[in-house]
Amino acid sequence: MNANSAHLPSYLEQSEAVQARFASIRERDVVLEVRNLNKRFRSTHGEVDALRDINFSIHRREFICVIGSSGCGKSTLIRILAGLEQQSSGEALLDGKPITGPGQDRGMVFQGYSLFPWLTVKKNVMFGPLANGQSTSHAEREALLWLELVGLEKFADAYPHQLSGGMRQRVAIARALVNQPRILLMDEPFGALDAQTRAKMQSHLLDIWRNIDITVLFITHDLDEAIYLADRILVLKPHPGEVQEIIEVPVPRPRSAAQFTSPEFLATKARLEQLIHPAPVAESENEQAVKPHMIRFTNVADNVE
Amino acid sequence: MSTFPKLLRGMDASTRKRLAFGIGSFLLPLLIWSLVSYAPFIWHPKVMVTESGGVDYFQIGMLVDKEMFATEVENMRQAQQALPAGTPANPIYLPAPHEVAQALYRGLFEPLQQTDTLSMPASLWHSIQIIFWGFLISSLIGVPLGVLAGTYVPVGRLAEPFIEFFRYLPAPAFGALAVAILGIYDGPKIAIIVIGTLFQQVLIVANTTRKLEPTLIEAARTLGTRRLQLLSRVVVPGILPDLYRDQRILLGWAWTYLIVAELIGTSSGITWYITQQARYQHFDNVYAGIMVIGLIGFVSDLLLARLSKTLFPWDRSQERR
Repeated sequence: MNANSAHLPSYLEQSEAVQARFASIRERDVVLEVRNLNKRFRSTHGEVDALRDINFSIHRREFICVIGSSGCGKSTLIRILAGLEQQSSGEALLDGKPITGPGQDRGMVFQGYSLFPWLTVKKNVMFGPLANGQSTSHAEREALLWLELVGLEKFADAYPHQLSGGMRQRVAIARALVNQPRILLMDEPFGALDAQTRAKMQSHLLDIWRNIDITVLFITHDLDEAIYLADRILVLKPHPGEVQEIIEVPVPRPRSAAQFTSPEFLATKARLEQLIHPAPVAESENEQAVKPHMIRFTNVADNVE
Repeated sequence: MSTFPKLLRGMDASTRKRLAFGIGSFLLPLLIWSLVSYAPFIWHPKVMVTESGGVDYFQIGMLVDKEMFATEVENMRQAQQALPAGTPANPIYLPAPHEVAQALYRGLFEPLQQTDTLSMPASLWHSIQIIFWGFLISSLIGVPLGVLAGTYVPVGRLAEPFIEFFRYLPAPAFGALAVAILGIYDGPKIAIIVIGTLFQQVLIVANTTRKLEPTLIEAARTLGTRRLQLLSRVVVPGILPDLYRDQRILLGWAWTYLIVAELIGTSSGITWYITQQARYQHFDNVYAGIMVIGLIGFVSDLLLARLSKTLFPWDRSQERR
């Protein structure tokens, strides 16, 4: 697949430090457990399995990325965990209690920011505490604290439309964290950001995660992002959505951008590429029908290459 | 004198250009009207008699057709009698701009000579009250019903088909019925405005509510908002700027039903003023009455639009206007 792959170590090889880290993670409590989870949709083609027999568990303060090609059901999975959708069968347990609907014990960050445009940054963050019956003064104190943590205390009175994409996503993170959830669910949160902002946000998210007691489930389709952030990567396979492999990322922590070219990183990436982009046989009928017929519109002598 | 150019200098080029176009859009029809009124060679199908000459039925100030005037001039010439004289004129139903402007001024600021009609301001005030109550009652029912129908699918499915049917029934058709039920005074007039506005209002508000981004509701739910709170904390604040815009459009709609409504039972308000003046052939007053309705609608909408900028500072769709 990759010319270098022959020289790479196996992605399964872990240094002693990494092994010790995973051992300590496994000793921690399980925060989220998913058992035999199934989701069937009724569509025009009859019943479709969006998720089939999903099993995994996440330990406290673990960082899990879910990765898969489009249509593999990763969004459905996170929406079920957030309580925004109901599974068809199986169960999802948070601290041993089944998830039945949305709740403040799970924070969610959406790709489209979804900040309330009519509220200032501060009031956006205050929304959760107020909805849960806390006093305004308490909510305000909490909001300012979390805004400081994401570095936006100066923008407390700005409206979301006055902020850049990266800043908006910081507000969304603060808004989710202020409820002090057990787990932070992130649905491709940096997907709409430019590469530079995205890299900044990734390291900022790791910073937050290092400093507070939070478990993260992060959905992405960016392989580098998944390896850079995650302890373990859950690879989903589409049609039907099934867990293909759960990879323990052998890249040691603390992570930095310099590790993008380390052998462990490249080995993991090679493995992910193998899983997600196998030999291109599975082209859909529609895509096969798209056959560009190139016509020359310029002078024969007028070449660009 | 000096404040106006200063005001202009304070604007940027695009605002100034937009203002110029805005003024131009009013000046253009006024220019056409002035041309037709003041250039004697354009249209002017009548002749106003200034001297009756030998024609026994001609009176000074009388309007006659051009052809008829020419025939009479020819007749008199052949009969060797004094020739009548006249100037080209427009029909009585097309007064010149300055006459309408004078009528508008007179109507608004001078007491009326006729004793059987109300003055223009009094008529207008009555009309404004009819509109106010009609629109208020319609909104009190229509806005909550629209928001509910847009938020909860079952409510929408239950309410909307009937409303969709009912809105095609012309509101004036209910005039006789409204009089039978509510008497001949203001009741039926308000009812017509309500019938004319309410059904459109429910559908428009429901549609606006449905356009609220669903992720906002989902985000609120993941933050711990309970079902009932969603309506007051997310749906209503989320649609408020659009709802306000809808209401502005619907208010204009209510005005269009005013004339029909005021003809029902005993005529009243600005409509009574207009029809009464038309009966006396005071067409300058008629135009003044019509124009004042337009002015009130236009100015109140401008004010409401301005107000929305202070009310909804987060609403970005305004910046594109």
